[in-house]
Amino acid sequence: MSNWALIIYCGLITYLTRFSMIALIKKEMFNDRVRQVLSYVPSAIFPAIIFPAIFLDSSGSILIEDNPKILAALIATLIGIFSRSIIATIFSGLASYWFLIFVV
Amino acid sequence: MKSNLKVFLKGILDVSPLMIPVVPFGLIFGVLAIDVGFSPLETMGMSLIVFGGASQIVLLQLFSGGASSLVIISSVGAVNSRHLLYGAVVSEHLSDLRLIWKIIISYFLIDQAYAISNEYLKKNKDKNRYFHLVGAGATCWVIWQSTTFLGIILGAAIPEKLGLSFAVPLTFLALLVNDFRKLINVIVIIVSGLVATVGYNYIPFKAYAIVAGLTGLLVAMILTKMVKTNE
Repeated sequence: MSNWALIIYCGLITYLTRFSMIALIKKEMFNDRVRQVLSYVPSAIFPAIIFPAIFLDSSGSILIEDNPKILAALIATLIGIFSRSIIATIFSGLASYWFLIFVV
Repeated sequence: MKSNLKVFLKGILDVSPLMIPVVPFGLIFGVLAIDVGFSPLETMGMSLIVFGGASQIVLLQLFSGGASSLVIISSVGAVNSRHLLYGAVVSEHLSDLRLIWKIIISYFLIDQAYAISNEYLKKNKDKNRYFHLVGAGATCWVIWQSTTFLGIILGAAIPEKLGLSFAVPLTFLALLVNDFRKLINVIVIIVSGLVATVGYNYIPFKAYAIVAGLTGLLVAMILTKMVKTNE
């Protein structure tokens, strides 16, 4: 598949989710149980992007020792828990990562 | 009733504070897309066609890992499925809208826009209230496109040594800040993360994101059920 086709399909599926949100889905269609489970979707799917990007090296092997990303991500998580701020989480993570690779 | 323009401007005003984290997100996307091997035109096209931060970053991440198109598209679908929940909430405020408006508004319906407009729609019953959503969405659109563009230009100037790709997990981590304090969410996060990391090399077709996501949801279903029976 060409890059453009890939982009268009990804755009289409994103658009269709949004369209079905306001045009097709009605409140009555979900009972409390389904809504409860759906509320866990971010917690279920985002770690699949987060963890491999932290714990795997460029060749895909698990890298625990000598991996500054782990400590930086931990600091960002702590800052996130206390500040509840998206921007503070991102910047504290980046700042500690740079500190660990350039200064330490 | 306020004029259409006034409601539109109110939408812009209300959503503005939420645009602060969107700026670095857009820049990072622009820089990384070039880094991963998309042309400047394709990168700009992605922001114009997809217009969704999480979708676009997932696309990049899996593309750079060599996943097949089918896996990339279904992973983008999985990431978007979280929106179905909000649909149940927002749709009742927009039910009397003409279809053509629903088609237009759907393009602008990103997290920040409906988070802020949902509050307005709840309190306001004027016929032109959806101009608020259009104002908020258009603001997000302008910020997202301009920061993508800046990222594309800056990309060439930013040294690879800076490790800016680390901003991807950080951005997604940041989207979970409100879930860190809830025990079930923390368990779901850890299970899904472990499945994805360990399964990265073993799950065929690089479908690790989907497998991890489904495992996480299953754990959430079991745990919420257990909590309920204990009550």
